[in-house]
Amino acid sequence: MRKPVIEFTNFSFHYRTQSSPTLSGINLTIYEGEKILIIGPSGSGKSTLGHCINGLVPFFYPGEISGSLKIFGKETKKESIFKLSSMVGTVLQDPDAQFIGLTAAEDIAFKLENQFVPQEELFESVNRVADLVDMKEHLESTPQDLSGGQKQRVTLAGSMIDDVNILLFDEPLANLDPATGKIAIELIDRIHKQTGKTTIIIEHRLEDVLHGEVDRIVIIDEGCILADLTPNELLSSNLLIDTGIREPLYLTALRYAGCTITPMLKPKSLKTLNIEVNKTKLHAWYESVGYAEKKQKNDVLLELKNIHFGYSKTKEIIKDVSFKINKGELLSLIGKNGAGKSTLAKLICGFYLPTAGEILYEGENLIEQSIKERGDHIGFVLQNPNQMISQNFIFDEVALGLKFRGVADKEIKDKVFHALKICGLYELRNWPISALSFGQKKRVTIASVLVLGPKLILLDEPTAGQDYKHYNEIMEFLWNLNQQGITIIMITHDMHLMLEYTNRAIVISEGQKIREDEPANILADEDVIRLANLKETSLYQLANKADFFDQRDFVKRFIHFDRRTRQL
Amino acid sequence: MNHKILSYIHQESPIHRLTGAAKLIGFILWSLIAMITYDTRILVVMFILGIMIFLSSKVEFRYISFVFYIFLLFLFINNIAIFLFEPMQGVEMYHTKHEILHIIGHYTLTAEQLFYQFNLTLKYLTIIPLALLFMVTTHPSEFAASLNKIGVSYRIAYAVALALRYIPDIQRDYQNISLAQQARGIDLSKKQKLTKKLRYASSILMPLIFLSLNRIETISAAIELRGFGSQKRRSWYHERPFTKEDYLAIMLIILLFVFSMIITFLDGNRFYNPFR
Amino acid sequence: MNSKVLSIKTVVAIGIGAAVFIILSRFGSIPTGIPNTNVETSYAFLALMSLLYGPVAGLLIGLIGHTIKDAVFYGAPWFSWIIASGVVGLLIGLAASRIKLRDGKFGIKAIISFNIIQVITNSIAWFLIAPTLDIFIYAEPANKVYIQGLVAGAANIVTVGVLGTLLAIAYAKTRPKKGSLTREL
Repeated sequence: MRKPVIEFTNFSFHYRTQSSPTLSGINLTIYEGEKILIIGPSGSGKSTLGHCINGLVPFFYPGEISGSLKIFGKETKKESIFKLSSMVGTVLQDPDAQFIGLTAAEDIAFKLENQFVPQEELFESVNRVADLVDMKEHLESTPQDLSGGQKQRVTLAGSMIDDVNILLFDEPLANLDPATGKIAIELIDRIHKQTGKTTIIIEHRLEDVLHGEVDRIVIIDEGCILADLTPNELLSSNLLIDTGIREPLYLTALRYAGCTITPMLKPKSLKTLNIEVNKTKLHAWYESVGYAEKKQKNDVLLELKNIHFGYSKTKEIIKDVSFKINKGELLSLIGKNGAGKSTLAKLICGFYLPTAGEILYEGENLIEQSIKERGDHIGFVLQNPNQMISQNFIFDEVALGLKFRGVADKEIKDKVFHALKICGLYELRNWPISALSFGQKKRVTIASVLVLGPKLILLDEPTAGQDYKHYNEIMEFLWNLNQQGITIIMITHDMHLMLEYTNRAIVISEGQKIREDEPANILADEDVIRLANLKETSLYQLANKADFFDQRDFVKRFIHFDRRTRQL
Repeated sequence: MNHKILSYIHQESPIHRLTGAAKLIGFILWSLIAMITYDTRILVVMFILGIMIFLSSKVEFRYISFVFYIFLLFLFINNIAIFLFEPMQGVEMYHTKHEILHIIGHYTLTAEQLFYQFNLTLKYLTIIPLALLFMVTTHPSEFAASLNKIGVSYRIAYAVALALRYIPDIQRDYQNISLAQQARGIDLSKKQKLTKKLRYASSILMPLIFLSLNRIETISAAIELRGFGSQKRRSWYHERPFTKEDYLAIMLIILLFVFSMIITFLDGNRFYNPFR
Repeated sequence: MNSKVLSIKTVVAIGIGAAVFIILSRFGSIPTGIPNTNVETSYAFLALMSLLYGPVAGLLIGLIGHTIKDAVFYGAPWFSWIIASGVVGLLIGLAASRIKLRDGKFGIKAIISFNIIQVITNSIAWFLIAPTLDIFIYAEPANKVYIQGLVAGAANIVTVGVLGTLLAIAYAKTRPKKGSLTREL
């Protein structure tokens, strides 16, 4: 008989600050050694469910509990956060906020330091778990020297150091690039197999998690458990579409081709998927959908000519980068963390001055222009809207740039209203910003740069950390903006985003431009994929598996069909 | 954008080998002596000792030269200011007046003033080599452990470690926010009314504050989940046990302290007076 | 120090607060136009943190922030002024304990009492404590250090009065309050 380790019985939770319960009527049992995926859209309550398990609820976030939650037979509300943390190790989503040590070793040792464990034992335990996550070589590194993936490994080691029995991952993929995310899932898989610890992953990036093994998937929506199924059963149902979670792309392709997905096909991964039955259908669909190659007008808006940049003469961060951006383009700038994408964006906006080279905007050299003057041509939107918002009300926030420029009040009003209308915020113009959702705040920051009248806007990771619904919302807004004639450059490492929305991508690696092409072509180039920490899309693997001759063309036709289907 | 700041440099020397706690006690006592005494004999001895200690650390001067020059500039300006404000401070202190040179109006250079300002400068010059040395020879992680070791509550010691940990992250936040607002047109260097400048400054401070308040929430949750504050004491990964050298160093500095205090207050006055 | 005074959140607020104080001291100085006199935005931030996290946090953010700032940027801590910074944080936190900024309450009455408190606090710290310690520790001439204190204190009173008040008002407005929002066509 399997031993239950986590038992929710008629469990409900109501945050003190909210008007209605966040979780209600939860019944869920997780057995020893199981690996469970909990998915659900943003605001569904899936993170709260995780907080209940590690004790943040109700000890850190106060509220009212009804029903029962037992971990190893102990009622959690009668325990303390410290007791629970000795049974449950948690890895949170923000690698910077939870890496609290000055060095990796200290961060790993933190839990034991707090238990007043003697130093010799600290050394021993740190070495043991650091080995488990392959970080033994980096024990004396500072957080500034480590990549996002490495910081996550350190945190994982730190949460396991006192032999917890349960590992809880709260959106472990949110801040990682595609290749690093894949490695993270493989690491979680390996640790689970090696140690047999009960493992719970909370995520909305389903396809990426299914790269590893999962026993069961629990769907949460509006605070209730909607389903508790094996991956094969879940992927054969309509539940994902109903809750707004993105299914793996290869399954979307099969559905477009009119195939019925059943558990018999073993759809949980491409490796297990039985393609034979549906091969003819897929080929027939491919023949039936064509795609129209859109001719881009070659009207150059922005041109970088042989740009070099470095903080010191000996170390160049940007090496001889040249490219052109055409009017009306929607383009992505991709590459791994630290490759130089953000530095390039800052060079374009005038935050840094290149050591050599020219930046031309409509043929005019920008080098002589100040940051503020460039702001009239090029808008820059930071990743997190909270980094930009300084006013309490939408109107004031959008008007700020015009006020700095000393524009007359009447003109400000007209321009702000116009920008708000473009961004779909006109109706909310007198709202306080604190009442807005993340996506709406993002639109406020976009409106606040649009109001200055730029023809080009640069966005840093516009959809980072967003679930499928919000991703769609933001991207469709940007798509519409682009249709209205605004040229858009997006810095991103989201493969779907690049494939689905942009017509061209520029790949940066180690400060150099290594490729400039259509996204589908880029994702077919193994060298570029490796250098830029990208990941092949599962559509290629599907095309490969179904014996398509031209896999790249299969991907292009899929994207084209998908855009039409979703009416973009 | 890379601003030079003092930070730990890994090296091998007798000073590096001392534990952070011993160095901290030493530095505190050393500063106390230099602040309390105005006895020129002690200050001269300490100044020479300070330079010898610095040399024995094998820290290259170029690592600290930028800060040292800023400090010299400050000393120079401070000396000028003192003379401008109070040319007779020395006379008042030593109760005699030996004129050297009459400059203008009531500005007369006296031997007493020169001696007083020499002493003041010497006070600063005895502290600075050890302060710089403490910064570049103590690993920040060990520093927090040392604070705890000399009796500071581990919660406060840990708060210091957190501050050191997050300075680079917050600097990055500040620069990003400031750049994005500059693109929207903020210019704080421009000549304009102060109240306007302050209102502009608030549009950089507000986002920084909200990001930081969020950070406080997340970090609190993260360290609570890992058992911070659950015990009366905590151990430190980077703490180093005291060795013979540490005890020796602390004993020497205590001796120096006692000896200096006796000499300083032997004649019932902090000020050594050669003019009588 | 018992754990009631220093909750985990207070410990973290001290650490992060000190780091922000240091960064603002380094990058957030605004020239006033009067030679050698800058508006130090870090003191507006310190006042806000004292309001939000209380006197102990204010004291320690001032002490730790100012010490590290002096040490890493200028090589040597300036103890007299460090203590004055701590006192500012402590006294504002103590005196303003009745202002419930966290609940979003920062009306005219609170603004006035906050400003009375900050003027008194800054006066004690910069007109009294800092120069007196300068005289005691370094035996600097009295009129020099009092004028230095006067200039610094006046600049800080203006900074906290204008910027600190603005920040507190803006913070209060973001706290959730009940009420209905409607779309306007």
